[in-house]
Amino acid sequence: MSLSDFLQRATSRWMKDGGPEDDIILTSRIRIARNLQGLPFPILQTDTHADEVIRAVQEAVAAEAVAKVGKFEFIRCASLSPLDRQVFVEKHLISPDLAEAEKHGAIALRDDEAISIMVNEEDHLRIQCIMPGLRLEDAWHLASAVDDALEQSLLYAFHEKFGYLTACPTNVGTGIRASVMMHLPGLVLSGNIQRMLTAVSHVGLAVRGMYGEGTESNGSLFQVSNQVTLGETEEEIIGNLSSVVHQLIDHERAARKALLQENREALEDRVCRSFGILAYARRMDSRETLQRLSDVRLGIDLGILKGVSSGILKELMVMTQPAFLQKYFHEELAPGERDIRRAMLVRERLRLDDTEVR
Amino acid sequence: MLCQKCHERQANVHVNKIVGGKMSATHLCEQCAKENGDFLTQFAAGNPFDFNHLLSGLLNMESSPGVSPPGVVAPAQCSTCGMTYGQFTKIGRFGCPDCYDHFAVRLDPLLRRIQSSTTHTGKVPAKSGERVKQRKTLEQFRREMQEAIASEQFERAAELRDKIRELETQLSE
Ligand SMILES: [Zn+2]
Ligand SMILES: [Zn+2]
Repeated sequence: MSLSDFLQRATSRWMKDGGPEDDIILTSRIRIARNLQGLPFPILQTDTHADEVIRAVQEAVAAEAVAKVGKFEFIRCASLSPLDRQVFVEKHLISPDLAEAEKHGAIALRDDEAISIMVNEEDHLRIQCIMPGLRLEDAWHLASAVDDALEQSLLYAFHEKFGYLTACPTNVGTGIRASVMMHLPGLVLSGNIQRMLTAVSHVGLAVRGMYGEGTESNGSLFQVSNQVTLGETEEEIIGNLSSVVHQLIDHERAARKALLQENREALEDRVCRSFGILAYARRMDSRETLQRLSDVRLGIDLGILKGVSSGILKELMVMTQPAFLQKYFHEELAPGERDIRRAMLVRERLRLDDTEVR
Repeated sequence: MLCQKCHERQANVHVNKIVGGKMSATHLCEQCAKENGDFLTQFAAGNPFDFNHLLSGLLNMESSPGVSPPGVVAPAQCSTCGMTYGQFTKIGRFGCPDCYDHFAVRLDPLLRRIQSSTTHTGKVPAKSGERVKQRKTLEQFRREMQEAIASEQFERAAELRDKIRELETQLSE
């Protein structure tokens, strides 16, 4: 199979499409936690309890109300190979915890992979909707529609005072976790990122590097999400997050502009050097790959590189992960071997574009 | 100890997770931990953004003596699922939906610390939320009736009184 065919088939919609503010926001994600009345949470589940939850959700997903929201496939974790489960994790469709829940876990996945329903993760249900660009409201409306459709067949554990009951009290109430994945190379390069992230954490939001530890994020990728789930409406929670994200976007744009004005040569050198390495290197570890991809994406956004598709960062940050690589090359790869194949895949992908260095 | 993934390098990232009710430890080398991607490394020790770590810190504060409201004896165990409050403070997870009622007394101070308030104001499910909606409407009608009486709109007040009675019978069924 050619790489472009593979890309067509193996990628989720969020990895391919663009959206509002997508020079900075890679994805918007809404995840809502729900549990069934009268059954223990997964942490205390017996096999019988787990089966009961799986059967109830499978029936609910097959019902007409849910079919109106899209075509879903219901998959038990046990029927997937460990490699396939890991690919789902790398595509952000399921959590690593669900990938490990071999016996009790299941997934309902919409055909475009924009909606995934995780069954028997920490809660009985985790409905997740992921969209490209800054589209938190759209993602919430879609997740909420799936929630409504499921509720026609399921009886949720709902408390008059505490709202939707969840295994962990950090999720109780709305059960909502709204998050955006941001690419912030301008703030990282100008040395302002730490200050920004501290400010964000002081207004009740959580920030973390997507890859790597703490603020030393590989590829300047950060995830910002709400922490509070009780005492505010879903709209308020999303509104608060959105307004902070918009401020971060403004700061990032200003930082990029300043870099271009004050350090153009250094910036062009960095971008073109990274492009050269991606285009010609023979061994790439995942850390360096992400960093170089981030530089190239910044170069595309600032008009330094032309002809490279802007989706390259999103696409390759997933495709160069270990499980995805092994899926593409159809074989198990030791870490050293992965670095060679990773470099090969990146070179191949870059050749699909008609690049021009300004 | 060798890395559990590549079995080649020394494991120096130790990840503790709760899977299916059991604590499991994974030992990885730095490289494999990184390759494992975003989700895993957030649990690695020393990450300032570790949410679970933060929560268990709060819970331990909560279980320290003298924090419980005076004069209130909270039950030590959920009678539905058998989880004890001690277990909850260790793993940070409840065992079943009923735990919230059984531990309600101890929950308020905790929720005030980790949430913005202790009362849900968001979405209400259609089925299980029907009674909750009725109760909210009832409160609304009661407030409106008081206002009607205060502004001497007695006809309106009488209308509301009938509606309130109707709702009260429905709710007591
Ligand atoms: Zn290793
Ligand atoms: Zn319980």
